Amino acid sequence: MEEKVIMAGFGGQGIMAIGKLLAYAGMLEGKNVTWMPSYGPEMRGGTANCAVVVSEDEIGSPLISKDGTAAIVMNLPSMIKFEKELVPGGKLIINKSLIDVEPTRKDLDVYYIPANELALELGNGKVANMVMLGSYLELTKTVEIESVLKAFVKVFGEDKADLIPLNKEALLKGAQAAKK
Amino acid sequence: MTIVYEKSKGLTDVPFHYCPGCTHGVIHKLVAESLVELGVLDDAIGVAPVGCSVLAYKYFNCDMQEAAHGRAPAVATGIKRALPDKVVFTYQGDGDLASIGTAEVVHAAHRGEKITTIFVNNAIYGMTGGQMAPTTLVGQKTTTSPFGRDEAHCGKPIRISEMIATIDGAKFVERVTVDTPANIRKAKKAIKRAFECQLKGQGFALVEVLSSCPTNWGLTPLKALEWLRDNMIPYYPLGNFKDFGEGK
Amino acid sequence: MAKVLMKGNEAVGAAAIKAGCKLFFGYPITPSSEIPEYISRALPEAGGVFLQAESEIAAINMVYGAGGAGARVMTASSSPGISLKQEGITYCAGAEIPCVIVNMMRGGPGLGSIQPGQADYFQATRGGGNGDYRTLCYAPASIQELVDYVMLAFDKADYYRNPVLICADGMIGQIMEAVELKDPEPMELPPKDWATTGTGGKRKPVVVNSLYLQAEELQEHNKHLIEKYKLMEENEVVYEAFGLEDAEVVCVAFGTTSRIVKTAIKQAQAKGIKVGMIRPITLWPFPYDVFKEIGDKAKGILTVEMSAGQMIDDVKIGIAGRLPVYFNGTQGGMVPTPGSILADIEKIAGGAK
Repeated sequence: MEEKVIMAGFGGQGIMAIGKLLAYAGMLEGKNVTWMPSYGPEMRGGTANCAVVVSEDEIGSPLISKDGTAAIVMNLPSMIKFEKELVPGGKLIINKSLIDVEPTRKDLDVYYIPANELALELGNGKVANMVMLGSYLELTKTVEIESVLKAFVKVFGEDKADLIPLNKEALLKGAQAAKK
Repeated sequence: MTIVYEKSKGLTDVPFHYCPGCTHGVIHKLVAESLVELGVLDDAIGVAPVGCSVLAYKYFNCDMQEAAHGRAPAVATGIKRALPDKVVFTYQGDGDLASIGTAEVVHAAHRGEKITTIFVNNAIYGMTGGQMAPTTLVGQKTTTSPFGRDEAHCGKPIRISEMIATIDGAKFVERVTVDTPANIRKAKKAIKRAFECQLKGQGFALVEVLSSCPTNWGLTPLKALEWLRDNMIPYYPLGNFKDFGEGK
Repeated sequence: MAKVLMKGNEAVGAAAIKAGCKLFFGYPITPSSEIPEYISRALPEAGGVFLQAESEIAAINMVYGAGGAGARVMTASSSPGISLKQEGITYCAGAEIPCVIVNMMRGGPGLGSIQPGQADYFQATRGGGNGDYRTLCYAPASIQELVDYVMLAFDKADYYRNPVLICADGMIGQIMEAVELKDPEPMELPPKDWATTGTGGKRKPVVVNSLYLQAEELQEHNKHLIEKYKLMEENEVVYEAFGLEDAEVVCVAFGTTSRIVKTAIKQAQAKGIKVGMIRPITLWPFPYDVFKEIGDKAKGILTVEMSAGQMIDDVKIGIAGRLPVYFNGTQGGMVPTPGSILADIEKIAGGAK
């Protein structure tokens, strides 16, 4: 098993955070993981993306270049930029709330998740990223949702533990949406 | 028989290499005496520069480091931050401190590093053979300003003490000279106070010592001191610019 | 201790503190700024000192001062900043001051890019500063190795009284991987009786210095240094190698590129091509001798680098004319792809020109 997933969106959508959660959860399950951020002079408001590799074997390149197995795209520029990086049959998980066009590639396994609406149903638009992660996990089973919740305080600190129930709901809501 | 004078214990037995009439020897002595009189010689760590006083590490009878050109205040910062209880000083010339090492001395002062800097200004690059320094006076002839320093071409000489005194972290700044016994006594007092500034944890201290270079100025030792009085002091006025934080 | 997920740059800081680093002097630069950021929080908690210098030049000279005063000290930067430090590094080498210098390499020359690069190989292995000197240079390929070699670097620096470089690249600095901060194995180290700590009235003054105005004296000092470097060449070579005996193609790569090469090797093996690998972990001293283990079936060597081919000279010295040496490289912050490496492996295995 080697899962190579790209996560992308606007700065502020919590892209890096869900990448770290996935990587940490993978590590807690004893898998090899890498998390690679984009970095550049644009610090705020630009595009944010990261590449996460979760593997049973030693990981070669932490970069994803035309060999992505999945992509979570939270806005339109991200979809345009990263649909190219997937292998044929790769999973493209699209935030339907902000992307109203279809991908150009026809050889991908595409899912539309209204992440912002689903997050707002939970009373907090900020957890749209977790909805998307939940959908991704349902579709790939890369790690268990429980592992992500265990990773939560490791990534965000013990003082954020009170946010776990909300984030768990968001993950489950995303998973539910992907089942449809 | 009573001993009326002896060489400071703060200096080693190695004979100075300085040219006849050069005032580095006197200034070394004042630094050494100050360390001994303050009882801190055994706790002192000095940093030698690149320039005429590059071999200062052979003369001061305490632990010494030799720095790259201009970097003595950074090296001294490293030492003082590693060993905050020790007495750390730099001994630098005008090419070293006022040209290639301005960034290091300005920022050491700015951080309020608790070090003492002895800055010897003789308005010329001595060791390399008499080239123009940033402190060379307008009209002064050197091997790289053969027609005299031209203000329109390379600006006016830099006044380090005045500049350093504007920095909050600098707590003691004084310009002295060593052309007469009276001025030597004043210079000693300033150097001692600059070390006291460090011992009391005040902040950065700098003593600028106007010095002569008979060899590269092409003058006899005595004429060189006269030239210093007639030309350098009017441009580089003697006096205290800051005493334990109090500006003058 | 359990594994934690750490970013390379932060792991450098954690490893240094664990290795007893007491002072850090640095200046921010992408992609290594998280090193001073991490250390500015964590080192004071561990009883050490972090100081942001006014320049890279000042930072390395502060390292000189603190290292000369006997403290464990480190600085870190990225390529253009490391260029600025070269003056201080040669002074540290000349005055035999132990210190650790981390370079998260990026594309060059000049201001270059902020993306990963390996084009500081010449600078690191040939000495970027003036004079006859060498610096032990580790090139880790994962965050775990980064942590392990940063810790080891402090011991080696003290043991040899020499600067030690860690040459990673921007990708190693930026990625997160699982690491375990193991306790370093204790090493017997010589006392720092040469350090300027103040005489305390108990001993003669010591001088930390790289100036020897008498040519005979400097030559003596050089000879002493040469002896020391010879010891490093004999004892400090570290590499990973596999599949050399029956390889048709042998790849040579270090750091990030070595990981990509491994992916390409797996793909080549799936196609029935036998590929061996040499991964230098010390760039200096370089593992020349291991090239002798390459068997007779080999048709060529492929070096893969994020540079214009700076390691090729060393590979050619190692193979000593036995086999042709080919090159696959990217520059400017571009990273090689497994596909292009696989294509070259296939060409060489098929008897490239």
